[in-house]
Amino acid sequence: MGGVGDRPPAGGPPSGPVGVAQAGWLTTRLDPLLAWARRWSLFQYPFVTACCAMEFMSTMCAHFDLSRFGAEIPRWSPRQSDVLWVVGTIVHKQAPALRRVYEQMCEPKWVVAFGTCAAVGGFYDNYSVVQGIDKIIPCDVYIPGCPPRPEAVIEGLMLLQEKVGRGELSRWQQRQPGAGRQAG
Amino acid sequence: MAQRIVDLVRARFPQAVLEAHAFRGDDTIVVRREDYLEVVRFLKDSPGTAMDFFVDLTCVDWPGRRPRFDVVLHLKAWRSSERLRVKVGVPEEDCTCPSLTGLWPAANWFEREAFDMYGVRFVGHPDLRRILLYDEFQGHPLRKDYPKEKRQPLVPMREDAPPQPPPFPERPH
Repeated sequence: MGGVGDRPPAGGPPSGPVGVAQAGWLTTRLDPLLAWARRWSLFQYPFVTACCAMEFMSTMCAHFDLSRFGAEIPRWSPRQSDVLWVVGTIVHKQAPALRRVYEQMCEPKWVVAFGTCAAVGGFYDNYSVVQGIDKIIPCDVYIPGCPPRPEAVIEGLMLLQEKVGRGELSRWQQRQPGAGRQAG
Repeated sequence: MAQRIVDLVRARFPQAVLEAHAFRGDDTIVVRREDYLEVVRFLKDSPGTAMDFFVDLTCVDWPGRRPRFDVVLHLKAWRSSERLRVKVGVPEEDCTCPSLTGLWPAANWFEREAFDMYGVRFVGHPDLRRILLYDEFQGHPLRKDYPKEKRQPLVPMREDAPPQPPPFPERPH
């Protein structure tokens, strides 16, 4: 998308399609534009329940700096967020709260299962733990690890960004009636 | 370490102490259920024992044993730093035990947890509800006969959720 109205630097290679950039305008379609905008401004809702929170904080803070990906702003209201990060173990007693938070989010919305517990229940194969949040809510990206390293978290975010940038439907949208149309 | 206290209890309640043993300096007495409250009250209030610190209360399930459950109480004396473990057997048919909430308010949540996980009903407890699990939960999950694959979800599982992996295979004991 760079190059709207740009002029190529003198002597250097042109920064965009030559004719278009020199003319000072660019055509695109609405869907890819929206997908691009969404990809680089993912507001997140951290649903943090367990020790994975430490790695989540590490990823968010300056050393790994998730703001490089345009995803650094936590919104403490699910109504304002695009991505639900489920960070840690979810027990059956808590499942209604998670479900409700998810249902409060506006579409389009995406879900990341952060860590093995959120993805499949981890080693808590017992009476109290939900064996993966996808038993309750649709999930787009699974990040394994106990806890995952920040590099793995960043890769998970980049996978989600690729998915958003392609304009693919989220898992939630795929389940809706008339889900054939593109996102946006 | 606390043999002195065991002797004091034995002298005061000759019938109540069924058994006493020590393991690496930690003394244990097993008392009759009908004398449990009086023994603990004596341990707390008598100046000779002064076991005034309620450390822990929990429960153990011994499947096949009679009585099936042990309620285990840990006490400590602040002055002398002596410690004592008090066990009381609770049969499955009459799964009740006197509550210690009248002696220590702190026993409230411990007894609620033992009730939640093992189903021991504490007589005299002011508010015996589940503390960790939800009210809809059926049964008591730390009993050894609770099925380990049994789940009691509050939210219906998604119909298109990925399939559940098989449980770990049963290993012979």
